[in-house]
Amino acid sequence: MENDKDVLEVRNLKINFNTYAGTVKAIRDVSFDLRKGETLAIVGESGSGKTVTTRSIMGLNSPNAVIDSGTIMFKGQDLLKKSRKQMDQIRGRDIAEIFQDPMTSLDPTMKIGKQIAEPLIIHKGMKREKAYAQALEMMKLVGIENAEQRINNYPHQFSGGMRQRIVIAIALVNYPEILIADEPTTALDVTIQAQILDLMKELQAKTNTSIIFITHDLGVVAGMADRVAVMYAGKIVEYGTVDEIFYNPKHPYTWGLLNSMPTMDTSGTELPSIPGTPPDLLDPPVGDAFAARNKYALKIDTEKQPPFFKVSDTHYAATWLLDPRAPKVTPPAPIIERQKHYAELVHEELNKSKGNHVEEQEEQL
Amino acid sequence: MIDYSDENKILQVEHLKQYFNIGKANEVRAVDDITFDVYRGETFGLVGESGSGKTTTGRAIIHLYEPTSGKIIFNGQDVSKLDSKKQKQTFRRDMQMIFQDPYASLNPRMKVKDIVAEGIDINHLAKDDADRSKQVEDLLETVGLNKDHSSRYPHEFSGGQRQRIGIARALAVQPEFIIADEPISALDVSIQAQVVNLLKKLQRERNLTYLFIAHDLSMVKYISDRIGVMHYGRMLEIASSDEIYAHPLHDYTASLLSAVPVPDPEYERARVQIPYDASQEFDGKERSLVEIVPHHWVRASEDEIPMYKKRAQEDSRLKK
Ligand SMILES: Nc1ncnc2c1ncn2[C@@H]1O[C@H](COP(=O)(O)OP(=O)(O)OP(=O)(O)O)[C@@H](O)[C@H]1O
Ligand SMILES: Nc1ncnc2c1ncn2[C@@H]1O[C@H](COP(=O)(O)OP(=O)(O)OP(=O)(O)O)[C@@H](O)[C@H]1O
Ligand SMILES: [Mg+2]
Ligand SMILES: [Mg+2]
Repeated sequence: MENDKDVLEVRNLKINFNTYAGTVKAIRDVSFDLRKGETLAIVGESGSGKTVTTRSIMGLNSPNAVIDSGTIMFKGQDLLKKSRKQMDQIRGRDIAEIFQDPMTSLDPTMKIGKQIAEPLIIHKGMKREKAYAQALEMMKLVGIENAEQRINNYPHQFSGGMRQRIVIAIALVNYPEILIADEPTTALDVTIQAQILDLMKELQAKTNTSIIFITHDLGVVAGMADRVAVMYAGKIVEYGTVDEIFYNPKHPYTWGLLNSMPTMDTSGTELPSIPGTPPDLLDPPVGDAFAARNKYALKIDTEKQPPFFKVSDTHYAATWLLDPRAPKVTPPAPIIERQKHYAELVHEELNKSKGNHVEEQEEQL
Repeated sequence: MIDYSDENKILQVEHLKQYFNIGKANEVRAVDDITFDVYRGETFGLVGESGSGKTTTGRAIIHLYEPTSGKIIFNGQDVSKLDSKKQKQTFRRDMQMIFQDPYASLNPRMKVKDIVAEGIDINHLAKDDADRSKQVEDLLETVGLNKDHSSRYPHEFSGGQRQRIGIARALAVQPEFIIADEPISALDVSIQAQVVNLLKKLQRERNLTYLFIAHDLSMVKYISDRIGVMHYGRMLEIASSDEIYAHPLHDYTASLLSAVPVPDPEYERARVQIPYDASQEFDGKERSLVEIVPHHWVRASEDEIPMYKKRAQEDSRLKK
């Protein structure tokens, strides 16, 4: 591993799908790291490749998927080189996933106690009693009341929010190293969503699990993520800490995303939206895939894909606007506001650390 | 500005009750005595947690159900008492519904032009085939699709495009009133903004009235003139959207607002969620909607009125 805090390193991942219409280039050179105990949010438009990326980590892509190149390093081994049987093991034990719709991941004909205990019996060879005891503990941990009785209930006897808690219990019962959450709260209402998000944070604090969180709700990202990766048309176009992405975004697509979400203060006749539709991945454009929808596009955008430009040690963006030769553009007003705010934040931070420094010196004297 | 005089009421819901499985062990009081009005040209947002009765209210208004009791008056007429075929047909044109799931609500075996023209055909609104095609093309253009989309099937479209097809279908019969049941929940952020802008533009151009059902409160606030908050089949609070965010009177409303994630990391770190204890709704006191300050209604008992009056005068109850 390049960084000893990393639990997962994805490098140069390219995934194609063979379809009757041709080859869909769904993932076009994606690289990222996941650190121990962090939450990495992946955001981006529908079809940008969020699910395909995480499905490849799980070894669960559909049969027409072709891995064109790349590595996914986990505990010193490349997951892309594992057999299906080895991946089954890893999935039950080290990497777990929760999906958008709790109903599709629960077996309607099986009591929930059994559904939670089964991975322990299968993957850990645990005795039945012990596995059920741990299942019961997990049910309590995720906040299911009367767990002793409810362990014998079937999924349909629970509300949507409770079902999602059960799915989380199943995913976490083995204390996995990595949890992949693909839109885990999109189907829930805000009240239940708030409970589930709090629960995930609380469990993460206890188990130090690393989470990859996929969502299109930027409010959820702001509350959950330590770092954020923004995807567009099969590529990561910007990544950084949650503060860097929200307060100092550099990619015009990220600007568009942030602007199209109304806050409680947004008013006016028209919400800023990103015009047009994403490119056809059967035949992706030569240059920057976002160029056609980008009012800040430069000539070079139609000719050459932008490399990642470094904004800070933790923040990178793939846009030609960051090239020193590029003309200065004025981003939309709300983005400028955010950037001003960011400058103040950074300034405060600097002052704070200066203050500490002075104290230390005084102590030394 | 919306004209909030009595003459401008397009819809009056009076003491509507909609129960299911009446008298059986599994009786559900999905909507339990709600009263509210909607004015011509406005957007009335309906929010509340899952199961609170929002969809049932919408379906009762468009007369998919016969009310258990109470009345729904649309354009001055009780929708349960439309006798003549002509009256029924007019009602079915004037009020339309768009649905949450753009995937499930379009027939996969029908071409887009036939989906959009469904209402035109039923109501014989086209002179001939050429006129029908022309109308469909205009509708597709209105919703931002192009005319060569008309011979394609729904699966060839993205979620946002499918939702546009649903909107075109609703517009085909030139309705006055549209019930939009979570029309953007299934779409991603950037497409949500496109669809919301489209709905607002159509409203301006055609003086449409919307009943907008959703649980994404930031979008509801943005699109709605007034908002009604439902819980357990009851209407707990009604006010203009600015007022309800500044002064949520009912504890449930305040709790619901505090649960909304805000796209701002610092705000999220500092966020305090307000818990809600629903038992206060079941203390046996008699309650009804009371107008606490002009145009701001809350479900209250006699003795709670002074407390709500005080709340309405306080500074904004939520931080943002
Ligand atoms: N089995 C498949 N065959 C062909 N194309 C596929 C297949 N699975 C995914 N794709 C394509 O790969 C691209 C990425 O899809 P993916 O499901 O990862 O998007 P996403 O970012 O998760 O979107 P959403 O927000 O809608 O879930 C899309 O263009 C999609 O159409
Ligand atoms: N046809 C029906 N038969 C029996 N019960 C029903 C029926 N339709 C709705 N209900 C029940 O009525 C209550 C209100 O449901 P409704 O669909 O109106 O809620 P909602 O506010 O739209 O919720 P959501 O946000 O989940 O869509 C729920 O308890 C629901 O299970
Ligand atoms: Mg997905
Ligand atoms: Mg509903």
